[in-house]
Amino acid sequence: MKTDGSVSQVAIPEEILQRIESRGINRRDFIKFCMATTAALALPVTFVPKVAQALEDNRTPVIWLEFQSCSGDSEAFLRANQPTATELILDLISLEYAEVVMAAAGHLAEEAKHQALEKYHGKYILIVEGAIPTKDDGAYCTIAGQSAVASLKQAVAGAAATIAVGSCATSGGLPAAAPNPSGAASVSEIVPGATVVNLPGCPVNATNLTATIVHVLTFGKLPATDRLGRPLFAYGKRIHDNCERRGHFDAGQYAETFGDEAHRKGYCLYKLGCKGPETFHNCPTVRYNEGVSWPVMAGHGCIGCSEPGFWDTMSPFYRRLPKVPGFGIEDTADKIGIGLAAATAAAFAVHGVASCFRKGNPKDESKVIKED
Amino acid sequence: MLEIHYVWQWPVRIAHWINALCIVALSITGTYIGAPFSLGGGVNPYLMGWMRFVHFAAGYLFLVSVLSRILWMFIGNHHASWRAFLPWLTPKGRENFVRMFRYYTFTGNNISHESGHNPVAATAYLGIYALCLFQIFSGFALYGQFAPGGFWDSALGWIFPLLDNQYMRLGHHGVMWLLIGFFINHIYSAWLMDIKQKSGVMSGIVSGYRYIDPEDV
Repeated sequence: MKTDGSVSQVAIPEEILQRIESRGINRRDFIKFCMATTAALALPVTFVPKVAQALEDNRTPVIWLEFQSCSGDSEAFLRANQPTATELILDLISLEYAEVVMAAAGHLAEEAKHQALEKYHGKYILIVEGAIPTKDDGAYCTIAGQSAVASLKQAVAGAAATIAVGSCATSGGLPAAAPNPSGAASVSEIVPGATVVNLPGCPVNATNLTATIVHVLTFGKLPATDRLGRPLFAYGKRIHDNCERRGHFDAGQYAETFGDEAHRKGYCLYKLGCKGPETFHNCPTVRYNEGVSWPVMAGHGCIGCSEPGFWDTMSPFYRRLPKVPGFGIEDTADKIGIGLAAATAAAFAVHGVASCFRKGNPKDESKVIKED
Repeated sequence: MLEIHYVWQWPVRIAHWINALCIVALSITGTYIGAPFSLGGGVNPYLMGWMRFVHFAAGYLFLVSVLSRILWMFIGNHHASWRAFLPWLTPKGRENFVRMFRYYTFTGNNISHESGHNPVAATAYLGIYALCLFQIFSGFALYGQFAPGGFWDSALGWIFPLLDNQYMRLGHHGVMWLLIGFFINHIYSAWLMDIKQKSGVMSGIVSGYRYIDPEDV
C-alpha cells in the first residue's frame, strides 16, 4: 500500500525520544509502547508521533480508588508489559494515590489523597476498581471512616475523566452476584450523571486501560463507547467473531468433553459452554500476559466475564443457556420443551380418542347422507 | 342448503403456508444451532455455516410474511381483519367462545358453526402472533450482535442493557417449544373440526372455500 507519508510522518521526533531517554526510559521500550497502544486504539500508524507527543507533554495525575475488589485489576495493571508498569506509573503518568502500590500508609496516605484531590481538582484521571456497597449506609466498605459511596462521589466530582476498571466497578461483578448481600453497585449506578468509561473484564486487560489513558492524553477526551459505556476499540466486536477457533465452529466441529480427541485437536468449545458468542471483548486479538495466550486459546471456553452481571447471566459456565427460573439445575430449556411438546401430544391424543366415541349434535348429524 | 363461501383470500393462504414452512425450517436449524452435533470427519466442512444461513434466510422470509399478513389485516376481508382475532369484543363472539370452549372441554355438546375462525381458535392465534413477533424481535436482536452499529443492532440492540442476551436466548428457545406445542394443537384441532363441522376446515386453507349452511351460523 502506498502512503503519502514518508518516514518522517510516522517517526517519533528525535528530540522527544531524547527527552524520554533523559527521564530514564528505554527509547526502544517507549517506541514499542507507542506503537502497541496506537494499534490497540485502532488508530493509523500516523498517530504514533501524536501519541508520543501527548505522553511527553503530560504527566497526568491519576488517582486509583479501590473498593469491593480482589485487587485483580491492580495486579493486571502492574503486569502491563509495555513499558513495565514501574516506568509507566513513575514516568508517564503521575500516580497520586493507589492503595496497592503506594509507599505511604494510614494517615499519611489519606493526607496525600486529600491533597491530590484538591491540588489537581478538575484535572486528574480517576480510576475506580471494585464494586460499591450501598446497603446499611455503605457500612460494608469504609476507608478512613468514609464510606465507599461518599468517597467515590467526592472523587468523581473533581475528576477530568473517570475510568471504571474491571467487572466489579463497571457492573457490580462478583459482589453484586445474586443475592447481592451488600447491595453492591457499579460506578455508573452511584454517580449516574458523571461521564464514566467502563472497562469490564475479570481482570481488566491492562492494554485496554493504558490505551484508554493514552486516548485521553492524546485527544483530551474519552474514547467512543457503546451502549454500556465501553470503548468501541476494545469492546466493539464479539469474541466469537474474532476467535481463532471460529473455523471449527462454522464447520460443525466441536469438543464434547474436556480432553476428548476433538478438544485435543483444538476444535470449537461452543458445546462446552463457551460464551464467546455472547461476549464483546478484544481478548482474541490483544490476549493476556504479554500477548501470550487467552482462555479460549488455552482450551477453556469464555465465561463472558466482561458482560454485565456475568456471574448470574453467563452461568452455568459449561452450558450454553442459563438455568430456567423455577426449575431444577439439571433441567435445560430444551429438556423442559421436549416435555411440554410430549405432554401436549399426549393430551390431544386422549382428547382425540374421546372425541372419536363422542356422540355429535343430532341436528348436525341429520344432514349427513350415508352412501352405500 | 349448503353455500360455498370464499373465506381465505390468497394472501392469507400464502402467508399461512410460508409461515408454516418457515417455522419448521427455523425450528430444525435453530435446534441444530443450539445443540450442534458432528456428522463425522470432513463430510461437510461448513455444516454450522449452512445451518445458520438457512436459519437467517428463513428468518427474513418469516419477517416479510408475518408483516405482510399484519398489513393484510387492514386491507383484506373481515375474516382476515385484525378484528377477527378479537372475537370476544362482540356479544355473539363471547357466546360462541363459551360454546366452543365447552365443546372442547367436554362440558357442552354444541359447536359453533363459523365460516371463518372459531372464537377459541382466533384467541389462540392472537397469542401465536405475539409469540411470532417475539421470535422475530429476539432473533433479529441476537442476529444483530455480529455487527455492532449495523442496522439490526441500531434498531433492536437497545434491548440488551435491559435484558441480557443470555436470557434473550433462553426466551428464543422457550418460545420455539411453545410454537411446537401449538403446532401439535393446531393440527389436531383442525382435524377434529374438519370432522365435526363438516365445512372444509382443512381444505379451506388450501382452496380458500368453506361450505356453510347459513341456518347453522
